Amino acid sequence: MVANKFELKPGGATREAFGKTLVELGRASTDVVVCDADLSKSTYTHLFAKEFPERFFSCGIAESNMVAIGAGLASAGKTAFVSSFSAFVLNKGFEQLRVTAAYPNVPLKVVGTHSGISIGEDGPSQMSIEDISLACSLPGFAVFSPADEVSMAAIMKLAVAHPGPVFIRAGRAKTLVVYGPEQQFEIGKAIELVTGTDVVLIAHGLMVAESLKAVDLLAAEGISAGVVDMHTIKPIDRDAIVRAAAVGAIVVSEEHLVDCGLGVRVAQVLSETKPCIVEYVGVQNTYAESGTPDAILDKYGLRAANVADAAKRALARKRG
Amino acid sequence: MNKTSNPQDLAQIAKRVRREIVSMITAAKSGHPGGSLSAAEILVTLYFDVMKHDPANHHWADRDRFILGKGHACPVLYSVMAECGYTPLDKLNTFRQLGSIYQGHPDVRFIPALEASTGSLGEGLSLGLGMACAARLNGSPSRAYVVLGDGEIQEGQIWEAAMFGAFHKLDNCVCIVDYNKIQLDGFTKDIMDVEPLADKWRAFGWHTIEVDGHSIEALQAAFAEAAATKGKPTVLIAHTIKGKGVSFMENNPKFHGTAPTAAECEQALKELA
Repeated sequence: MVANKFELKPGGATREAFGKTLVELGRASTDVVVCDADLSKSTYTHLFAKEFPERFFSCGIAESNMVAIGAGLASAGKTAFVSSFSAFVLNKGFEQLRVTAAYPNVPLKVVGTHSGISIGEDGPSQMSIEDISLACSLPGFAVFSPADEVSMAAIMKLAVAHPGPVFIRAGRAKTLVVYGPEQQFEIGKAIELVTGTDVVLIAHGLMVAESLKAVDLLAAEGISAGVVDMHTIKPIDRDAIVRAAAVGAIVVSEEHLVDCGLGVRVAQVLSETKPCIVEYVGVQNTYAESGTPDAILDKYGLRAANVADAAKRALARKRG
Repeated sequence: MNKTSNPQDLAQIAKRVRREIVSMITAAKSGHPGGSLSAAEILVTLYFDVMKHDPANHHWADRDRFILGKGHACPVLYSVMAECGYTPLDKLNTFRQLGSIYQGHPDVRFIPALEASTGSLGEGLSLGLGMACAARLNGSPSRAYVVLGDGEIQEGQIWEAAMFGAFHKLDNCVCIVDYNKIQLDGFTKDIMDVEPLADKWRAFGWHTIEVDGHSIEALQAAFAEAAATKGKPTVLIAHTIKGKGVSFMENNPKFHGTAPTAAECEQALKELA
């Protein structure tokens, strides 16, 4: 039995870390430019706009144009970020992401904030539950879902150095801090946070902290659970998935539709390598509703208890 | 390449370009002749006279950028780029074949000297404006030229981009609407009328010039006026004839996206001799 060695301290939202890191990146290079679609106070790009007004392009409420403006800037050599709510930049800008960034392999940096259902009160029109699926469907895109403010800052720096287009998923809600400042990140290398012998909990975004909490819940019942933070969803870390499969039971948890997110990508890797029992925690073929973030996460089953229940289901199947 | 401001010389190049357009589409057995032929003078005037560019150094940072929003008209772009020396002239007739650099729509993976992969309508103006933003930040004299179809401007993104260009005062971007009045399904006025077109662009804050898109002198004057216009982007509404130069293609919606037969090609090349 492995005790949870993580003390999960309250931290900031990944959107806030995004905004702060943008300013750092802007200070480090005059080539960094940012486009936003009238949500800069929510996406935190207003911090960059304040310090570098000449490098901030207000696009108005016009996400399709914003994506292609960013692609034009990136084509001309700029390190161009485009940002809005994930639901808007991915859905309204998808065609432009496809034709002006993915297809010509333009190294545009796309950041979608307010992802998942944890935005709460604003409801489903603003909730992005299909962005991972959409971003992963773009050939050449690297897709990230950081778990906390530390990983967001680190992944943005990796994204800037990456020669291709990227999508980074950020959230509105404050996150628990999973990582210390010394943690190293690498594109496509999952982080095995806890080692377990009965079941491995794979997650991205805020479900990493929930999975860590589930480790304690399971330990109280004598179950040893490991945790893997799949911060890079594409290119996916196949080796980490195969290692997880060695224990014979996996739970994939995500604040995304279960039908088309990380879970199905993990299942694909397993079917090609080492078939394994998998249970899934996520949004089930539906849109959520308004409510406090906590109430929404409870109702739609995105809590540590849901992860622990899924782990027990997986173990029951494993034992036959 | 040999650039020239002589209208007669440019007209000769345009005639050669028209022959190449007809030949390559005939060889491919598919493609879009009408909107390629209507834009011949526009592209020839830009590439051989107006734009600063260097086929021997296509990554030159201060080059002017050209984007063909209406990517289906790529035969005119391929022909002009080949005439400039960017790509092989003797391979134009491989257009649309597997392995050809002359893809069905412009594709930067096959021709790195292209500024953008286009084909999905409505996106080119945004790209050009983004490049104009980069040029301004860099203190570069580089200008962006974007050719749009008249049907293409039915796309909502064009008007998002139009607002953006005027709001950000991107006077280093010039948009040219190839106003040939025909789109795939028929006459533009019957499909989704874009009139009053000049009023629309003026209302969006663009310096708007109406021009005969087949008059090289008129195009030269309009591009000079655009270059002299400060504080706002310029749009040329270029009145053109779809299928220009081939009698049976002119103003004929059928030749928006239909290749000529061998006999039609022969007839067309006679008319363009």
